[in-house]
Amino acid sequence: MSAHSVAWGENASDWRLPPRGRVGMWCLIGAESGIFTIFVVAYLFYTGKSTTGPQPGDVLHAPIFYTICLLASSVTIHLAVRGIAANRMASFGRWWVATILLGATFLLGTAREWIHLIFDEGLTISTNLFGTTYYSLVGLHAFHVTMGLLALSIVAAFYFSGWLRREHADRLEILSMYWHFVDAVWVVVFTVVYVIGLSR
Amino acid sequence: MSPTNIFAPVSTPAESIVGLSIFVLATTAVVFVVVFGLLAYVVIKFRSRPLDGQREPPQVYGSTQVEMAWTVIPVLIVIALFLASSRVLASIQNAKPPAGALEVIVTGHQYWWEYRYPSLNIVTANELHVPVGVSTFITLLSADTDHSFWVPRLGGKTDLIPNHPNRTWIDPRETGLFLGQCAQYCGTQHAKMLLRVYVDTRQDFDRWVREQQRPAQNGTSAGQRIFESTACINCHTISGTAAAGKFGPDLTHLMTRETIAAGAAPNTREMLHLWISNPDAVKPGSKMPAMGLNDRDVDAITDYLETLR
Amino acid sequence: MSTSSLVLTQAQARPLTLRLHGWVTTVDHKRLGILYILYALVFLLAGGVEATIMRVQLIRPHNDFVSPQVFNRMFTMHGTTMIFFVAMPLVFGFANYLVPLMIGARDMAFPRLNAFSFWMTALGGLFLYFSFLGGDGLYGAGGAPDVGWFAYAPLTAKTFSVGHSTDFWTLSLFSSGIGSIGTAINLIATILCMRCPGMTLGKMPLFVWLNLVMAGLVIPTISPLSAAQLMLLVDRYLGGHFFDTQAGGSAVIWMHFFWIFGHPEVYVLVLPAFAFASEIIPVFSRKAIFGYPVMVVATVAIGFISMSVWAHHMFTVGMSAGANTFFVLSTMAIAVPTGIKIFNWLATMWGGKIRYATPMLFCVGFLFQFLIAGLTGVMLAAAPFDWQLANSYFVVAHFHYVIVGAILFCIFGAFYYWSPKVTGKMLDEMLGKLHFWLFFIGFHLTFDFMHIPGILGMPRRIYTYEPGRGWDVWNLIVSIGVIFQAAGVLVFVGNLIWSCFRGKRAGNDPWDAWTLEWSTSSPPPEYNYAVLPIARSRRPLWDLKHPEDPDWRYE
Repeated sequence: MSAHSVAWGENASDWRLPPRGRVGMWCLIGAESGIFTIFVVAYLFYTGKSTTGPQPGDVLHAPIFYTICLLASSVTIHLAVRGIAANRMASFGRWWVATILLGATFLLGTAREWIHLIFDEGLTISTNLFGTTYYSLVGLHAFHVTMGLLALSIVAAFYFSGWLRREHADRLEILSMYWHFVDAVWVVVFTVVYVIGLSR
Repeated sequence: MSPTNIFAPVSTPAESIVGLSIFVLATTAVVFVVVFGLLAYVVIKFRSRPLDGQREPPQVYGSTQVEMAWTVIPVLIVIALFLASSRVLASIQNAKPPAGALEVIVTGHQYWWEYRYPSLNIVTANELHVPVGVSTFITLLSADTDHSFWVPRLGGKTDLIPNHPNRTWIDPRETGLFLGQCAQYCGTQHAKMLLRVYVDTRQDFDRWVREQQRPAQNGTSAGQRIFESTACINCHTISGTAAAGKFGPDLTHLMTRETIAAGAAPNTREMLHLWISNPDAVKPGSKMPAMGLNDRDVDAITDYLETLR
Repeated sequence: MSTSSLVLTQAQARPLTLRLHGWVTTVDHKRLGILYILYALVFLLAGGVEATIMRVQLIRPHNDFVSPQVFNRMFTMHGTTMIFFVAMPLVFGFANYLVPLMIGARDMAFPRLNAFSFWMTALGGLFLYFSFLGGDGLYGAGGAPDVGWFAYAPLTAKTFSVGHSTDFWTLSLFSSGIGSIGTAINLIATILCMRCPGMTLGKMPLFVWLNLVMAGLVIPTISPLSAAQLMLLVDRYLGGHFFDTQAGGSAVIWMHFFWIFGHPEVYVLVLPAFAFASEIIPVFSRKAIFGYPVMVVATVAIGFISMSVWAHHMFTVGMSAGANTFFVLSTMAIAVPTGIKIFNWLATMWGGKIRYATPMLFCVGFLFQFLIAGLTGVMLAAAPFDWQLANSYFVVAHFHYVIVGAILFCIFGAFYYWSPKVTGKMLDEMLGKLHFWLFFIGFHLTFDFMHIPGILGMPRRIYTYEPGRGWDVWNLIVSIGVIFQAAGVLVFVGNLIWSCFRGKRAGNDPWDAWTLEWSTSSPPPEYNYAVLPIARSRRPLWDLKHPEDPDWRYE
């Protein structure tokens, strides 16, 4: 008795289950959220507890422009995926490249902020509790942005070499879920570091 | 019987815990007897016999009433155990020092105990003296890693965590020596960070206090000279002399103690000598360095230390 | 290439290098499952040696079998090895092998992620054991970690742990953590998205449900551990202050982060043990599992509640009375769904016709021992009582009762039950019973009597102890039990090897069981099912064998 079908009487083709790529990506997002949550908890717990060194109020300035860039990139990636799903490849290409540029701009902004903090304000990861928790949290996020940009760039390379087709739209939508997650994390990090952290 | 038996309490926190534990043990024992009885019955009664053949037994898929029963009863048991635990928890943790309570500050070090009595101006190490019949409230600090203060017959354990002061209390109603040891892994010699709590009569305690409050007899012995001119003074304090180090135990009244190295060795001339010349032979991995002194110097220092009463 | 290459037959004439290459590059869930299990068995022996060294040292007071430095490394390595490189790989190995078969699928959702996850886990084990090389040279640049398996701060700071031993621990757990999360993602996607037609969530075997909840638990459980490892690396290498008490940092926050992982972790290990019991007990009692829906609800409840109990590991740390009280309540609450499961297993056996083959012997041992383990857990949940028992040998006895007495016993049962499916050969029944009784005797000698020194005031993690405290004779008995356990494990390993060559042919369904994996050949073909089955009830094979009384009439 090998693979034996148990008679059911109903149409097996009616059987619908969630798509595994999407479920997998939600799980990955869950796991990453767990990691970020712990860094956020550490940041909040240590707010105001640095015994020496620069304090958030002295040195932090909310990066509004770069935040807008990153959040806008969620809109552009959404438009890109809509484009490829409707077979509008040129539209896809434009919006996809715009996403990469906006994400890269955000990273540039982070880099500028860090250069200012390190060389002008003397705040490093080892200066005090604020330095440790700030660079770890923002750095962890920037690392995820970098990984995302790497993936987006690989897709861009596929696009420019002509390999990308409409049937890849689904996978690109799953990739865009990751990108939306990275943006959502930034909303949380921004709130924790530049709103809550500065109000205490 | 064991000197560290948690079921031989001589102090209120330890006694409250025993009271609670008897209730918990009794409840869990009843649960065990019932469930084990069921298991034993089932294992024996429903084993398959050779005459059973191929017929399968009746398939029973579930029963809501039975599930309700064995949900509700455990919930009630949990509530009872929870309420009993909360009451004892609060009574121990929320206790405030009564008038006349003694205050001691215990600082844990790798691998020894520092004791300060702020109201009596006493600093000592490794052997704690408290009066009988009186509450002693203890503040717990740490100079390095995590430790834990556990003298089972006097109370449950509380940890000593750097940058996180803790409080505990004891009120022993019997005199005697009560043993314990560090109960949170703190490094190589965690096993030899032993506790000795001497519960004294009022008169004995007062006498001990007076002894501890006297400064050391200052002299010009060879041993004292060597002690004051080597690295000994970097770690140890002998009040009234040039030695004011804080890293190691206060030695001002060393000879009032029965043991050295936090209980690892008896306080005899031979062990003192060995401890100074080769600490690794007594407590390998402790923070006491081998001082590299010649035998004559070690003899002189030992002579000097033996005058520290 | 089918998995029957595990058995040396004359039919396969491919050279050894090609066969090994097949195993190293495999993405087949069955082969990866076997790799996980073999990996775990090797580390079981390593962890067992570490335990034996400790018990020889503790056989009498003031013993000098090993130095304190070596002993401290032994308990650190023993704990880390057994949790991360024995128990987790065993659990993932069995899940990998069995879940697709039980749901009528041909593989896991993401076969390449599956392989990646295994090799990341394997890399973790390598990191950990590489630490033994290098020894104590130059500031202990090598040397196995000696900070305890939960590595409390600030003992792990660079000041107190010079050299790299702690870093091997950190990297090892970070790497295997990635592997664990990958496997969890795979299990969830597989179970939610790849069940055969007709197998709704309410018709999956309980084994699959329990592994689904386990995988769901892994995701919020391992991620805090990974975060904590990153923070520790920042402290040790970038001068960070996450756990630096001298700079105002908190040692307690490490404990919170670690135990937010550490407590649900034991449920990650025990839920699959429940999974094994929930398949074996019904088959050997010849009855359907009693209360399937309640078992599912209880499992999900355990999963959720387990995330709220972690600070019962910290009752002595000095949290407020309010916080302590909350954790007493949550910890005691989890006893309710857990107890319900025990009752349901008993009710499954009630009215049955129980056959005591080796798998069932181990499951009966599990029921007995898990009952005791749960009750000592309730004792520890009563916080004031815990103020005496915490960090003593009572706790060590309790958690070994769970991990060895409950989890390992179920795993042994699972070996005897499913290895016929994997290898096509039965394990020897006489050797199985010998294994059971030797191990049972050794387990009880060691872990029953281990509770007593705890009650008499003996803390854990001490390389030696003082005479005259009343601990001597109990430690002696505890150490003697090791001999019987070691003998049992050796008999088991011998049985595994022997049966590969000389075991009786198993056939598809040696136990007369009811779930889909027993409908394939033993071992199954590489593709599992030529035609995907259609499931109509929880026990498709029962329906086939009893067409006059099928399950789907009653579900």
